[in-house]
Amino acid sequence: MSAVDTSRPAEKAPAAPAREPRVTDEHGRRVRVWELALRYLLLLGVLALTIGPFLWQLSTSLKGPTEDIFSSPPRFLPSDPTLDNYERVAETIPVWDYALNSLKVAAANVVTNCVGAALAGYALARLRYRGRRVATLVFILAMLVPVEGIIIAQFTTMRELGLNNTLVGVVLPGCVSALNVLLMRNAFLHLPYEIEEAAFVDGANVWQRFYRIALPAVKGTLAVVAIFAFMGAWDDFLWPLIVLSDPSKFTLTIGLNYLHGTFANDERLVAAGTVIAVAPLIVLFACLQRYFFRGVGEGAVKG
Amino acid sequence: MASPTLTGTPGTRKSGTRRVRRQLPASPWLFAAPGLLITGAFILYPFVSTLVNSFTDRRTLVPGEFVGLANFRELLHDDMFWTGLRNSTLYVLGVVPALVLLPLLLALLVQKHIPGITFFRSAFYTPVVASIVVVGLIWVWLLDERGLVNSLLETLGASPVGFLSDQWLILLSAMGVTVWKGLGYYMIIYLAALANVPRELHEAAAVDGAGAVRRFLSVTVPAVRSTMVLVAALSSVAAFKVFSEVYLMAGPNGGPAGEDTTLVMLVQRTGTGLTGRVGYASAISVVVFVVTVALMLLVLRADRKEES
Repeated sequence: MSAVDTSRPAEKAPAAPAREPRVTDEHGRRVRVWELALRYLLLLGVLALTIGPFLWQLSTSLKGPTEDIFSSPPRFLPSDPTLDNYERVAETIPVWDYALNSLKVAAANVVTNCVGAALAGYALARLRYRGRRVATLVFILAMLVPVEGIIIAQFTTMRELGLNNTLVGVVLPGCVSALNVLLMRNAFLHLPYEIEEAAFVDGANVWQRFYRIALPAVKGTLAVVAIFAFMGAWDDFLWPLIVLSDPSKFTLTIGLNYLHGTFANDERLVAAGTVIAVAPLIVLFACLQRYFFRGVGEGAVKG
Repeated sequence: MASPTLTGTPGTRKSGTRRVRRQLPASPWLFAAPGLLITGAFILYPFVSTLVNSFTDRRTLVPGEFVGLANFRELLHDDMFWTGLRNSTLYVLGVVPALVLLPLLLALLVQKHIPGITFFRSAFYTPVVASIVVVGLIWVWLLDERGLVNSLLETLGASPVGFLSDQWLILLSAMGVTVWKGLGYYMIIYLAALANVPRELHEAAAVDGAGAVRRFLSVTVPAVRSTMVLVAALSSVAAFKVFSEVYLMAGPNGGPAGEDTTLVMLVQRTGTGLTGRVGYASAISVVVFVVTVALMLLVLRADRKEES
């Protein structure tokens, strides 16, 4: 072991024939084999802890009514996998209607946040007018307000507008979030000004400069805003719980809570419901990972 | 469009960016209007009206009148309020240290670009993507009296644990769920910070004979200290406002006698419904604001003290 674990630069490695499998890190330095084994062992352990619960839920949802789901020792794989529970959950609560409601809310949230935050962000970053600093301050203050502390007042506001118990009421309070406005403002601020200036000289008006030049240059940030708007709306719980009271209007998260509260003893049904709720997001995440990770960085710096 | 004008106003802007204007005087406001309108109507107005309502006896269907500090005096004698304050505070104390430390260790584990590491990073992030309701229900099932965790314990010969029947165990389980869901998020924040730690520092320390633990404490921790403060601030504010985890694991009433109620649960329970006491719930909300701001200042201040 000691013969290979010296911190000799990797460039010299080809000279000495390798006896053990060599793995190098990003700097081309060799990684010790036992250290690597320990690393993978730990990684697999954490993997079991983070992904295991999801798989267990999936497995439970596929177990038939005759299979014992409480067995000890536990059986991880369903002996006779069936989609029966997915049919039964749809008979118990209108789960597909709820999924459609969630989709509507999430899609609306994406559109309004992208449009509203891009427009306002551009106004804060690029346009010069009296009151720009006040407008910026308004968004910064709004970002600092803890939403949990104002839900009751938001609810009474919705009642006054007659929008409680509607999907519009679910979307409205977060439909142009201050954080997204500030994210877009930052993105626009980082663009080189000269391009827009050139467009101006060519006779482009403010809308053309925004839509044709600035907006395409911040597509990455816009994608982050879109993804987090979708995820935020799809996953949200507290606000829809407060604003929706009619079970026919429920979103998926509220519907699941209802299912859990009313039919708590049928674990297979709840499991099937949660799988329906989480699967779309896991697919979305698998396809668009880098935007998710980028969003964490940008959101954390601002938040 | 009005006749376009180019306003140079030379000398007011530095670094050669000329002030360019080709817009209606109103157009900046047209651009900002949707955002300002929504923010004003659904964030700032509710914020102000929460403050105002906290001094009234407003109910959902009754406008209510000014009652001075009556709501706040009532809070002092409301056992449920103190239970909520205690639980929310315990939540901060339980969750924040774990969320400052564990994701850092996790980030160190996934930092090296070894084969398959992007898969592991993504997998560790998955709980962040899932809705808190999904996560809560998954763990309610896992920690059920006859759920997976207990059946594993039984297989090992231990007696089952009532994770979801004892008031303290419920709170502890909910904290565990919060930490489990937050790990991946803060891991990504730490990864960005670790990328900026100069490698030479580690190598120098290794040459000096420092072991892994020693290097962690005297190289890694000082280098990512500002990120740790950021994580502490973010996670403590979020932990104090905990709602969903406890709501799902202890039930809407926070256990049979409400002994697991958190402050935000109390706000939700008191202020909604047709008989909701909007005024009183607003007073609790004001306490949530004050503590949230205090927590932020406390973390930032602790940071400055340590620095000097």
